[in-house]
Amino acid sequence: MNMIEAIRDALDVKMSQDSDVLVFGEDVGYFGGVFRATAGLQETHGLHRCFDTPISEGGIVGIAIGMAANGLRPVAEIQFADYIYPAYDQIASEAARLRYRSNGDFTAPITIRTPVGGGIYGGTTHSQSPEALFTHIAGLKTIIPSNPYDAKGMLIDAIEDNDPVLFLEPKRLYNGPFYGDPHAPAKTWRGHELGEVPSGHYTVPIGEARNISEGEDVTILAYGTMVWVAQKVAEDMGIQADIIDLRSLLPLDIEPIEKSVKKTGRCVVLHEATRTSGFGAELAAQVQERCFYALEAPVLRVTGWDTPYPHAQEWAYFPGPKRVGNALRQVMEG
Amino acid sequence: MAKQSGSNKSRLYVPEPPFRPGDTPDYSHISVPAAHSPVRPDPLCDADETRPHATSLIRVMRFNGETQGDWVPEVSPEMLRRALRDIAMTRAMDERMFTMQRQGKMSFYMKSTGEEAVSVGHALALQDTDMVFPTYRQQGILINRGASMKEMMCQCLSNSGDPLDGKSIPVLYSFKKHGFFSISGNLGTQLIQGVGWAMASAYKNSDEIASVFTGEGATAEGDFHYALNFASTYRAPCIINVVNNQWAISSFQGIAAGEGETFAARGTGYGLATLRVDGNDVLAVYAATKWAAERARNGGGATLIEHFTYRKAGHSTSDDPSKYRPENEPEVWPFGDPLERLKLHLFHIGEWDEDRHTVLLDECKKIVRETYKSAEAMGNLSGETQVNDYTMFEQVYEHALPHLDEQKRMFTKELD
Repeated sequence: MNMIEAIRDALDVKMSQDSDVLVFGEDVGYFGGVFRATAGLQETHGLHRCFDTPISEGGIVGIAIGMAANGLRPVAEIQFADYIYPAYDQIASEAARLRYRSNGDFTAPITIRTPVGGGIYGGTTHSQSPEALFTHIAGLKTIIPSNPYDAKGMLIDAIEDNDPVLFLEPKRLYNGPFYGDPHAPAKTWRGHELGEVPSGHYTVPIGEARNISEGEDVTILAYGTMVWVAQKVAEDMGIQADIIDLRSLLPLDIEPIEKSVKKTGRCVVLHEATRTSGFGAELAAQVQERCFYALEAPVLRVTGWDTPYPHAQEWAYFPGPKRVGNALRQVMEG
Repeated sequence: MAKQSGSNKSRLYVPEPPFRPGDTPDYSHISVPAAHSPVRPDPLCDADETRPHATSLIRVMRFNGETQGDWVPEVSPEMLRRALRDIAMTRAMDERMFTMQRQGKMSFYMKSTGEEAVSVGHALALQDTDMVFPTYRQQGILINRGASMKEMMCQCLSNSGDPLDGKSIPVLYSFKKHGFFSISGNLGTQLIQGVGWAMASAYKNSDEIASVFTGEGATAEGDFHYALNFASTYRAPCIINVVNNQWAISSFQGIAAGEGETFAARGTGYGLATLRVDGNDVLAVYAATKWAAERARNGGGATLIEHFTYRKAGHSTSDDPSKYRPENEPEVWPFGDPLERLKLHLFHIGEWDEDRHTVLLDECKKIVRETYKSAEAMGNLSGETQVNDYTMFEQVYEHALPHLDEQKRMFTKELD
């Protein structure tokens, strides 16, 4: 199963189990979404349960909050994370704070799904990774799967969670793992261990990281697309790396990170998003706070540049194997 | 820098209110329709039939206390006296809280003086289970629905009786048990949420409707337009209320594009039913709300109601309206006072008199004074009895998260 199918399967499982689960967003109804994540759900579950909305991200999240306050479990799709900003006020000021400001009188258990990241020549408006703008918000959970198995289990857990959850989908991974070389033949999830998606209900709990590989040389912290770039680079370089797929950014599973860095003494942090004030800064800060005396080298960040995501220069922007490899080399020498 | 003027006759226009401090305000140009038009259409009429209602003004009570016209509702004298009491009680509470804020008992307060009839008339026409998404000037709804005034006061005092544990600033109440949604300080955001709430109600085949509020100033927010758009698209069973009290802090309604067209008319382009009502006429507010609620409950979708009123007090205790409008403007505002107008009507129908009115006002004052006393006994913001600081870590999420637990421990160390 690819990641789109896994996401659709998660929605189908929850919609079958619970009539309070509604799915909506731009083009998600009859057509099934521009990435096809909701294809067939309207036919299976009815027009009332999977429907199109006006082009109004603030409106989409706004109605989701109201529906959730009235007992439903809405799952809203924002077509691209690049379009989420009109909804930022509804997410940051409303969904994330409703429980707090009403002291638990009202809550907003909504799930917002949105594709993130580059690699599809989407340019400035279809490639962004705005996770750090959301991990800064108290009251919100922000998660990002890197494979179909996790995508299904995490999405089900998000829908069942009683807090608002932002579910980021690395769009470059929809059809297969991406190892950072756009010229290499595309891989699909078929045959990949994490492309084996069980049918029916299961959850991958929010707040738990996953070790992708274990090693003594260096700790690599990654999420989304960068998980697979890290794995390939470490393999090619013959480095024994502890690669931790964070999966959940907020809450962050800090314990395995701390344990790993204390073991390896070296840490590289990867993300596709811009560098300054990115989530990598938070990771580097926490690692040095907890592991300073175990560190053999400075914590390094490998990120996108502090520019908008360019179109023709996509692969010059993307923190690909070369940038990751250089950082690994540097941290191993340090 | 300055270019020679060419053929372009356009100049930047910045609206200004007709009167500023020092001016003698004269609002005789605002038409106060005596004919008590327009007609009352069937609540399930085509939205288009309410087009004239967006630009006229529904009135029921004349200034002499008589009622007339299509919109005169069937209400008992008991209900009228209840409305009078709710308005008087709201006003008495506002007065007391304002004074106590001036004495430093709380950080902030917001009065609804002059526009109490909007909340009270509206609440009287709804079912108590209809969910209201209020602004900070709808305390009259809580009074009408029988919320505990002591809890309201404790919320403002942020004391140990505050149901919100001091998390919100005064007046931003949350009373789910009274169908009163948690008030956001970010204006306009709740309009679209109320539409979503109403969509969920329709999805569940529930009889309950939503009623959402904004001032005229925040109709400029995108959220207002999201709300109108979604309410129209999905025929959400809700009422969208614009309380046009003329002032958004210091900006007159013209700054929200109110000069050329009414706020009710914003609904016409979205295909919504639209009503514009004299907000100082509690019977007109009641009648318009009844109409809109009946329409919503019977599948006719949303109605936009503009309540035309006047904010007699400052925006909040942090505001000084004498800095931007004539001091006597509230007195010369041509629509009178909602409490006085209802009183005159009750006099006119022989169901009230001056003695009873004096007793009522005294009674409201007494209840408010005693309730306040018992509320303040639980502490105030500057006093000894405060909420527990550790509650700031609660209700961020449903369950405690490790990073917050860690910060709680850091906070404990800070106390050593």
